[in-house]
Parts: sequence; structure tokens; C-alpha cells
Amino acid sequence: MPSNIVLVTGVSGELGGKLLARLGNNPDFERVIGVDTSPPPKRIIARMGNAEFVRADIRNPLIAKIISAAKVDTVVHASTTAHPPGPARRTPVKEMNVIGTMRLLAACQRSPLVRKLVVKSTAAVYGASARSPAVFTEDSPLMAVSPKGFASDAVEMEGYVRGLQRRRPDITVTVARFTSMIGPEVDTVTTRYFAMPVVPTVLGYDARMQLVHSSDALSVLELATVREKPGVFNVGGDGVLALSQAVRLAGRAELPLPMPALPSVSRLLRGANLVDFSRDQLKLLNFGRVVDTNLLKREFGYAPRWSTREAFEDYVQGRALRPVIDGRSLSALLRKVALPSTNEHVPSQ
Amino acid sequence: MVDRNPVSGSGPTSATSVRDARDEAQDGQSAQVIPLRSAERGGSQRRRHAAEAVEQYGGAAVVNLPGSADVPGQRVRVEPTLPGHEAGADEAVPEAVAKALDFVRGRLTGEYDIDEFGFDPELTETMLLPALRMLYDKWFRVEVHGAENLPIGGGGLVVCNHSGTIPLDALMTMVAVHDNHPKQRHLRLLGADLLFRLPFVGMLARKTGHTLACHPDAERLLRGGELVGVFPEGYKGIGKPFSARYKLQRFGRGGFISAALRTGVPIIPCAIVGAEEIYPKLGDIKPLARLLGLPYFPVTPFFPLLGPLGAVPLPTKWHIEFGEPVRTDLEDGDAWDDPMRVLSLTDRVRESMQQLLYERLAQRGGVFGN
Repeated sequence: MPSNIVLVTGVSGELGGKLLARLGNNPDFERVIGVDTSPPPKRIIARMGNAEFVRADIRNPLIAKIISAAKVDTVVHASTTAHPPGPARRTPVKEMNVIGTMRLLAACQRSPLVRKLVVKSTAAVYGASARSPAVFTEDSPLMAVSPKGFASDAVEMEGYVRGLQRRRPDITVTVARFTSMIGPEVDTVTTRYFAMPVVPTVLGYDARMQLVHSSDALSVLELATVREKPGVFNVGGDGVLALSQAVRLAGRAELPLPMPALPSVSRLLRGANLVDFSRDQLKLLNFGRVVDTNLLKREFGYAPRWSTREAFEDYVQGRALRPVIDGRSLSALLRKVALPSTNEHVPSQ
Repeated sequence: MVDRNPVSGSGPTSATSVRDARDEAQDGQSAQVIPLRSAERGGSQRRRHAAEAVEQYGGAAVVNLPGSADVPGQRVRVEPTLPGHEAGADEAVPEAVAKALDFVRGRLTGEYDIDEFGFDPELTETMLLPALRMLYDKWFRVEVHGAENLPIGGGGLVVCNHSGTIPLDALMTMVAVHDNHPKQRHLRLLGADLLFRLPFVGMLARKTGHTLACHPDAERLLRGGELVGVFPEGYKGIGKPFSARYKLQRFGRGGFISAALRTGVPIIPCAIVGAEEIYPKLGDIKPLARLLGLPYFPVTPFFPLLGPLGAVPLPTKWHIEFGEPVRTDLEDGDAWDDPMRVLSLTDRVRESMQQLLYERLAQRGGVFGN
């Protein structure tokens, strides 16, 4: 039986809002309800078709009433923020992530009509350390870097999801673990990080980065809602960029800092309202994280359209980031200096 | 760019033929060899001379011109110094300079590729291998035996003895495999987590294609058809006292053998002779090691006595021997799940390595020569 009445959480976010708009314009659904504590942006509301917005807090017991009263059969939980883009107070975010998920899943368990659950999770659940394998598969153990970070919320949340699966085996559960999301329109910690003219990095480390374009993330969530795709899937673009390579591609200036200096720099950046450099994030800058996406391609049946590099270049172009250090002109200059004699022969077209 | 061709001066007909030929060449795979040959066929002394001049630098200083950017998906590279004939061939860009400039350009703009393990083949081949090669050729004068035992293609597990206090043996084996393999394959080593925790060292290890010694990574590399190198003795091997030299220590839990069994790749035993004597480890300052978070703090005859000077390895003569491959694809599908068979295969590999070591030791003339 295909999905009929869908509830989407976290629609005030970029991804949740766009998902609401996509599902709202899909004639197969009878009703599409978006919930969040604040309404989606105006441009989303204008495009959201049949979808409706209900201002509700998933931490509030009211959510159970909405699910049962609207006869919701499919729940898309897209409100978890693994890495809030900017400085956010820890307590409300944690409450939203953990308590909100608990409430929502409790409501799903209670309502007999709910048959499908789609959860947006993060690849940060695998952690990042010198002891981690280079590439994580879906069955790698989940261990958050620090017990207090946002990644640990995601680990906890996935624990609740597994609990629900055990108690209600009839519900189809899809968990999508996204790598760092990037794109011209989304606001994530990654997009804010590379928007800074001078990018602090960890001296002596060059992390491997795997990115997922926001449009691919959106398609995966949509597919999971429309079709029956039970399981846990890593979602990330093909290919890997080194952090230093990405810094050059974006034309940023790299500022390598010794490891002990980074926490104070991160506090400074936090204070300046620029980017939230949490402990998880620092570890990511140290070691990086790459996930295996074979399961996504084979079983889920979706091949990301953007590779890591294309996604990153799209972000650089879409944001119209002006290079601080222009590698192209620098190397042209170097060529001119090193080979003064040959330049006169090269056509100046 | 055609007008810049020295050949075009010799007449309109030949210029068109060159242009046609070049267009054809751009459609095909080879970029600029064909027009030169056609020019030579033209017969004129001048043209032949030009062709020679260019052939001399053919394939050397090749650089993308801005105009060639509109041919997507295909790198049409054009000789920038084609006018070399009139201007004098000595103005042509030397190969090394052009290569270096291309490399620097790639680094500055981020135009290069790394694999999911962080392996950067361009950087490895351009910067790191040449540096290691100096140590390999001049300092240790490494001699390689049995390189034909390395698989030409597909996965393979090279199992080596570990010694020398500092894992120079791993780096030298990497150079040995790359330089002696007909296809110049890269040996992907599996290292301890300490390696990846250290700044710079860990970064370079990733960039040269090495990864953490763990089951998922080993299997992933082997399944991907890579040549993987392991040092199953680990710290027990590399940090053993000088008195225990060339005695193979206990192999870990044999995880590498089960990885090879699972993927059905051959196991190539490898004996490294000469690395034991580069830093003769006489003692171990345990408290200092604990303080620094290292597995041991070595005391050699010169270190820490002579300070940094004591850290210069002794110039021993090295031999690296690759033994007969042990096939694992003949075992049945679930042999990796049978601990008895995994352990007996581990012992077999270990014995053949010890054998190789003793044979090579008996043959070598002295520690520092021959």
C-alpha cells in the first residue's frame, strides 16, 4: 500500500522545506503536513502546492494528536540537526534532537496507521579518529567523537529508531546517513566554513572530505518517502577531496593552526557568530570521514548525480565566492617568471 | 596556434595539410604527432628539420593553450615551443621545468584527484618517491630479488618482516615494489593507528596511499585489486632488541591472512635484510616512552647520545626478497571462518619468511657492503 498521508518534520529548514514542496506537488499523496516550530521560508510556502503547514513542536505531546487525528501513515523525520550551521545553544538543540525524536517515535509507535518512517541522520555517527577505518560501511560501529557533541545526539536518535523497529516490526524504516551537505542554497557548517576568507585548518593534518549535494539529499529523502526502501543507507557523493584541495578550489587562504590552538580559535569564531566549530567538527578536520555508498546504489537504487567535487564546485560557483588567493593567476605568474622566453610565442587570445 | 607552426611558413598548401592533419589529430587520441609526420612527408629540408626539432621535444613540454579548452573531455596538448626552429631549439621548455610547472599549477588550483583512502598518486610520484629513492639508491643501496613473484595485476598481499626501530623498511619496500614492478604498482601499506595520530607523518602516510591496519580497510583495498603490504609483527617486530635481530616475532591475530582468504588473493612473503642494523636498539627508556605516548623510546649506540646526529641511520646494505606466492583461492569459500586453517596458513607464511631471511642472511657478504 503506497503512502497516502505524509507528515514531515523540520520544514523550516532548507531541506525539510524543499521536501515539503516536492511532496506537496506530488498528486499521489492525499495530504502532506509539515510541522515545525517556525514556518518555512516564504519562497517555499509559495511553491508548496497541496502541502499544509502546522505550527507544532515535536517535543510537545500535541504531535501524537496530529498524527492520529490526520491519520498519518508516513512520517519523515528531517528536523535533526547534526551540525547546526551557526553557533546554537546546546540545550535547545539537544532537546529538539533527542527529546523531539523520542516524542515523535513514541507517537508513531502508538498510532496503528503509521506504516513508514524515514529518518534523516548523519554520517557523523561513525565518528572520526586515527583508529577509524578509512571508509565506513553501514555496519561499522556507531561511536560519536565526544559524548556531548551533536553527533552523539544522532547516535542516540538512531538508538530510538532501532527501538521502534523492534517494537513495531511492521513499520518500514529508512535511515539515511548523510555526509556533510553542501550546495549553493543550503546553510550548513561546511558552507559557512568555506565562505570565510581565511580558513583555519589543523597543522599537519589533511582530512578527506566527502560531500553530498543538497539536491541529491533531497532526492534520497523523496525516494524513500515515495517508495518502500527499508534499511540504513549512507548517502554521499562519489569521490573524495582533500581539505587542502578544497581550500584551493575555493580560492581560500589556508591558516594551519597547531592542534592545541584550535579550541580557542573555535571559541573566537563562535563568538563572532561565524561558524560553529564543535569538537566533532575539529575531529572531522583532523581525520575526515568517507562512507561507502554501494548499498545506496545497489539496494536503494539511487546514484548521486553530483560527485563530491562537482557538488563543491557548484557551491563555489553558486555562492559566487571570489577567490582570496587565485591559484590560476598565481601559477600563470609563476610560469611567466620561470619561462620568460616562451611567453612571447604563446598566442594571447 | 597553427600560424605559430614553423611549417606553415613554407607554403599555403602544406599549411592547409598541416591544419587538416592537426584537426584529425585532435579528434583522435594522439594530439600532435601526426601533423609533424605529415610535414616530414612533404619533403622539404626545412620542414624535416623542424620536425626533428619538435620530435626531439615531442611529448615533453606539453601545455594546454587557452584555445584548446573548448574541446571538452579530451586533453589536447599543444607544443608551446613549436616556433623553436626559427627562434632556436634551445629556447624550448625543458621537460622537467614544464612538468614542475604543471604540478605546481595543479597544486595551486586543487586540480588533482585522490582516492577514498586519501592516496594522491601525482604527489607521491612527483615529490615523495624521488626523495625516498635517494635514500634507497645512495644510502641503503637496496637490491631487490624475486620481483617477478609480485602479481602483475589484481590484488595481492605482501607480508614483510618489520625491523629497524623506525619504519624505514616500509618506505623502502614501497619504493622497491614501485620501481621493480613492470607496471610500477604502488604498494598500499597498512599502518598502526599511532602513525595516523601523528601530525605530518599521518598526513603523508595517507597521501602515499597507506591506511590503518584494520579488517575493513585491508579487505577493501584487496577487493579493489590493490597490492597491499603488511607487517604482521607490528611493534613487537620493529621495536625488538638488537639481540633478537632477524628472528620473526609472533604475528598478530592473523587478521591479514583471513582478509586474504576472504578475497582469494595470493600472499607474497617478503624478507627485508639490512634494516635490522640501521638503528641497533640496545635499550628502551620506558618512562620516557610512556610520557611521549610511544610504544618504546629506543637507545642505540648513537641515540640519544649524539642527539639528532644519532638519528641518522647507519648505511647498511639492504636486500629485499619477494618469495613464492602462496595461493589462497584454492581453499574453499569459508576457510577464513575456520580458525584452525587461518592459523596454519599463518604459520606457513611465517615459516617461509623466516626461511627467506636465513637464506638471504647466509648469502650476504657484510652488513655494510655487498
